[in-house]
Amino acid sequence: MAPVRDVSGTENARAHHRDKAVPEGHDPDERGHFGPYGGRFMPEALIAAQDELAAEYEKAQRDPEFVDELGRLLRDYAGRPSLLTEAERFSEHAGGARILLKREDLNHTGSHKINNVLGQALLVKRMGKSRVIAETGAGQHGVATATACALLDLDCVIYMGEVDTKRQALNVARMRLLGAEVRPVDTGSATLKDAINEALRDWVTNVDHTHYLLGTAAGGHPFPVLVRNLHKVIGEEAREQALALTGRLPDAVAACVGGGSNAIGIFHGFLDDPVRLVGFEAEGHGVDSGEHCATLTHGSPGTLHGARSYLLQDEDGQIAEAYSISAGLDYPGVGPEHSWLKDSGRAEYQPVTDDEAMQAFRLLSRTEGIIPAIESAHALAGALRLGRELGPDGVIVVNLSGRGDKDMDTAANYFGLVPEADQEESQ
Amino acid sequence: MSLHEVFTACSRAGRAALLGYLPAGYPTLPRSRELFTAMVRGTGEGPGCDIVEVGLPYSDPVLDGPTIQAASGTALRSGFRVRDLFDVVSSVASAGGHPVVMTYWNPVHHYGPDAFARDLRSAGGLGVITPDLIPEEAEEWLAATERHELDRIFLVAPSSTEQRLALTAKASSGFVYAASVMGVTGARDSVGAAAAGLVERTRAHTDLPIGVGLGVRSAEQAAEVASFADGVIVGSAFVTRAEQQGPEGVAELATDLGRGVRAG
Repeated sequence: MAPVRDVSGTENARAHHRDKAVPEGHDPDERGHFGPYGGRFMPEALIAAQDELAAEYEKAQRDPEFVDELGRLLRDYAGRPSLLTEAERFSEHAGGARILLKREDLNHTGSHKINNVLGQALLVKRMGKSRVIAETGAGQHGVATATACALLDLDCVIYMGEVDTKRQALNVARMRLLGAEVRPVDTGSATLKDAINEALRDWVTNVDHTHYLLGTAAGGHPFPVLVRNLHKVIGEEAREQALALTGRLPDAVAACVGGGSNAIGIFHGFLDDPVRLVGFEAEGHGVDSGEHCATLTHGSPGTLHGARSYLLQDEDGQIAEAYSISAGLDYPGVGPEHSWLKDSGRAEYQPVTDDEAMQAFRLLSRTEGIIPAIESAHALAGALRLGRELGPDGVIVVNLSGRGDKDMDTAANYFGLVPEADQEESQ
Repeated sequence: MSLHEVFTACSRAGRAALLGYLPAGYPTLPRSRELFTAMVRGTGEGPGCDIVEVGLPYSDPVLDGPTIQAASGTALRSGFRVRDLFDVVSSVASAGGHPVVMTYWNPVHHYGPDAFARDLRSAGGLGVITPDLIPEEAEEWLAATERHELDRIFLVAPSSTEQRLALTAKASSGFVYAASVMGVTGARDSVGAAAAGLVERTRAHTDLPIGVGLGVRSAEQAAEVASFADGVIVGSAFVTRAEQQGPEGVAELATDLGRGVRAG
């Protein structure tokens, strides 16, 4: 790794950050509170399992065998470090600002999700559990979980909203091929939130031999800090790579935020730096339509799925149904650390509509030959906006959290690329 | 009558208390009042439920099985609002019942814990069961329930450690809710063997009455649970009866289960 101290900025803060083998100062209190957020708002029946997980993770972090095994899997199996690619032609549309893409799409299984899954699956083995359950929205976390379970010989059940099983049929097939059982969930809005509800019901029933491999940096303590730590590698690599490539820190880091795992992972590499951290939430059809999931922008604090955080709720505290063209962002909550970063002002959060995201989706495909996940396209749309603000001197790192193969049906319908649509148009 | 007094009266009569649950506003607000009244009064051949759990319908009931999920959804679709809860509680109290509320935490958080406790108390509510709130996160709630003299009922589960049983029992008042099995609500053929063990373990930490819930649906099961617990809690079976037979069915089940707790 290149030395990184010869760059401008707040030397003290950064030196403090970089000189520590394990960066400190951004952890929640011992009960998982990030300021007023986080904690454990969950059934007593699950507390023992959460305690067991927290204790095992504490031990594992200090166990060289675990650290080495995870490092080996990330390198030799997932393909880390992921590349940082300069997007020159795409940058021309961003006011000339230099846009650097952190290529989590090139990881095995096609997204950042593998980082978290490999870490948690190793913990499952250490805890002596034999069965893993998980929720999935877009299918990326489900595929990653099914993959890790195949690799480590664990039984795997994936809960997926019925609406999402249709939007992401290819990923359903992928999970089944990998040996996982996919259980469609038809309650509520039949999307990610409801898949989590159903996974929690399974967990409380089977917790003695089952681990709930939560896919985002949300849920009851220790999940937000566990999942974040497993994704911090994204930001640590990106920081070194950006310095090596440009000789300085970027002006801004952009990431999409649903539950917020890829964003918290990349943000953490830059928390002590003078770098703007911007999360882009899905605003669907726009705030006025009521069909969106821009939780931090339009929501209010409450408790959902084990933690206090911002969420979308009605005036009675009933959870609202979220909407986004992107199944992976379609969630009415968000990880508690993002709520804390928002309130503290360290990170900012902006909404991006379906249409903005889809334009960025097509633009990246056509200018760089990279088809992004629609989730990640929200960050790309945001980067175009930031670039125009910053101008030609700006440098922006975008977390390209996943690839878009799984989204081809949605994109084909959106842009009218399917043969049937061509025929209809020509008639 | 406080919850303490209800349990004491049952205990003096040599039996466990019967607690029945239904979601408020199910299937509609007026119909829901009739169902609760039937639950309180029973058929007339025997008394009904000693304590009534008024459920607050919630969009994301992660601890409920299909029966209560569906009923909560029905209540919400028929227009139930949180403010209606207090009317339902009032109507239970005026029918001679002893109402407690069972609610997930977010609606209380959103309403404001202090305002919720105040409004519930003035409607005649005696306590609140909070299945997804643990004492460590309940600082504001402990203060609100103290201030407004409401009992707060936390849950213990078969997976609870001794340390957590002690902590949870200490934070509770009125009674302690023991989940009979690891799982969600719903009628079961047998109540877990874990239930008796959990009650015994919990008793080592508290003098409060212990109610057992999850899975009880018949007079036989009620009698079995009544043999080792101070309260028998029945939910999904009442919902199913309400759906199939309305108030008459609910009254019959209350009386039938009442015979069960007297036989236990």
